[in-house]
Amino acid sequence: MSKLVTIRNRMFSFQLERRTVMVILMLLLANLAAIVVCVGLGSKTISPANVIRILFGTLDSPDTMIIESLRMPRVIIAVMVGSALAVSGALLQGIVRNPLTSPDIIGISGGASLGTVIFILYFSHVSIRYMPLSAILGAFAAAFLIYLFAYRKGVTPLRLVLIGIGMATAITAVTYMLILTSSFTPTAVAVKAFTFMTGSIYGVSWVRDVYTLLPWIVVLFPVAILYARHLNVQELGDEVATSVGSSVQIKRTILLVISVALAGAAVSIGGAINFIGLMAPHIARKLVGPSYGGVIPVSGLIGSLVLLLSDLVARIAFLPLDIPAGVFTAAIGAPFFIYLLYRHRNGS
Amino acid sequence: MSSIQAKNLTLSYGQKEIFNQLDLLVPSGQITVLIGSNGCGKSTLLRSLARLLKPQEGSILLDGTEIAKLSSKEIARRLAILPQGPLAPEGLTVHQLVKQGRYPYQSWLQQWTREDERMVNRALEVTHMKELSSLSIDSLSGGQRQRAWIAMTLAQNTPTILLDEPTTYLDMSHQIEILDLLFDLNGQEKRTIVMVLHDINLACRYADHIVAVKDGHIHAQGKPEVIMTEQLIREVFGMACQMTVDPIFGTPLCIPHGKGRSLKDSHSK
Repeated sequence: MSKLVTIRNRMFSFQLERRTVMVILMLLLANLAAIVVCVGLGSKTISPANVIRILFGTLDSPDTMIIESLRMPRVIIAVMVGSALAVSGALLQGIVRNPLTSPDIIGISGGASLGTVIFILYFSHVSIRYMPLSAILGAFAAAFLIYLFAYRKGVTPLRLVLIGIGMATAITAVTYMLILTSSFTPTAVAVKAFTFMTGSIYGVSWVRDVYTLLPWIVVLFPVAILYARHLNVQELGDEVATSVGSSVQIKRTILLVISVALAGAAVSIGGAINFIGLMAPHIARKLVGPSYGGVIPVSGLIGSLVLLLSDLVARIAFLPLDIPAGVFTAAIGAPFFIYLLYRHRNGS
Repeated sequence: MSSIQAKNLTLSYGQKEIFNQLDLLVPSGQITVLIGSNGCGKSTLLRSLARLLKPQEGSILLDGTEIAKLSSKEIARRLAILPQGPLAPEGLTVHQLVKQGRYPYQSWLQQWTREDERMVNRALEVTHMKELSSLSIDSLSGGQRQRAWIAMTLAQNTPTILLDEPTTYLDMSHQIEILDLLFDLNGQEKRTIVMVLHDINLACRYADHIVAVKDGHIHAQGKPEVIMTEQLIREVFGMACQMTVDPIFGTPLCIPHGKGRSLKDSHSK
């Protein structure tokens, strides 16, 4: 049947759906186009042709510096942060079998924010290189607490979500309380903390941000995609997953660790950008159906695209102001999502 | 041939004891049906046999090996269970669902071997789901949906299949369709089938072996025509009835007493 593509040799065998392959290719092209546009636009406009020539090193111009040290790292960060949040959300929605979940809703991003805000407020004398670490620690601490409270002979999805929502609210409250009550906080530090909580990828650099995030992405994305089949059987319910031979609790814990690590790493660099973790997986499901082999990569590409475009708007719409990208993620993603819902209103 | 046996099984939920030292040997290559009133523990027993519930004491032996000593994947290659009323995620197609049955045979890099493809195709053919394979589960009728789930357990290619109330919520014709399918799987492929059914008469018609469960112990077991008596129904279900013979199949047929319109002059007692 032409709807399915089988790739099979002595080493490996996979089956892909033609539709998923097409969607992935289209989204890759869209991402590449968005990257070229994002790199070209700004206080100094560079034509797409020149952007491409500079990126391939065939044109030597004064713009090379702008692209290489200012815009490229920011674009790469947008791609990594956006896709990490989206994949984290897709995994989480699969783990808790609830599509109304995301790392921000159940408090994992909140934990990462709290970790970072504590760092900004109390450890500003320590090297900023440790800020991502504090975010990731915060994310894991939040996840651990949620898991601990939800645990009762294993963890059921519903308990995880309910306790997560409570945890998220509590963590947000604590974070705001810390910012507002630390009377010795200079206003600039408080603003920095608030900006972080909105989510911004302003002024990122190669060394501090790109190289910090890259290893997480390079390791966790392939693992997430190869773990898709475990998520697929968990989606059928714990009993069916056990029946087909999955060690449900172990796989669930590993998937949660991957999701938390991705969210924590993304938040550590990009701040608490909302919407992407929740909506990118929905958009992906509308495009390729519920199978996670498709949902995970497609979510990643959509998350990346949404953050690229949001950051572009945030950067150029109010020049010379640079607005936090987190303000625009919902504004960019929601219309597309509503369009998809509208188009699929009669099922299909 | 595969065998399942429960030995000295003790299982309780909190304070409430479900079974105490229960023993059961499932006859291999036959259709066994568990019957009993609501809450008697038949479904719990079925799920314990498939390691979905862990007993406090005792063990389940699968081909003579304790199930607790086997990996979940090893068990899944020998025994499949279809739980009651399973739910598929929105938009999942029949083919995507049936593919999941191949999980115990897959690895990181081998996720769609020729054998996987062959088994999935065969499961779709046997259940007559081939034509519907690209449709989403939510768009199917109740009977088709149940066939899709059965196809998934068939793709698992296990000698033993356990089903928890596979006909619940189905109308009469779909109940027969599902039971005929299971009957053929047993007859043609010699698969051991164990299921929970509520309909005593269908149980009598399809089962080689009936296990009547009451208050967490096995009240009686054996061939339907031997054990299904008015006395057994009264003891197990607390219901008065008259046993007669199915005019078509010759199997035991239970007609409950009670109220209702009567077109005869008087009840036969």
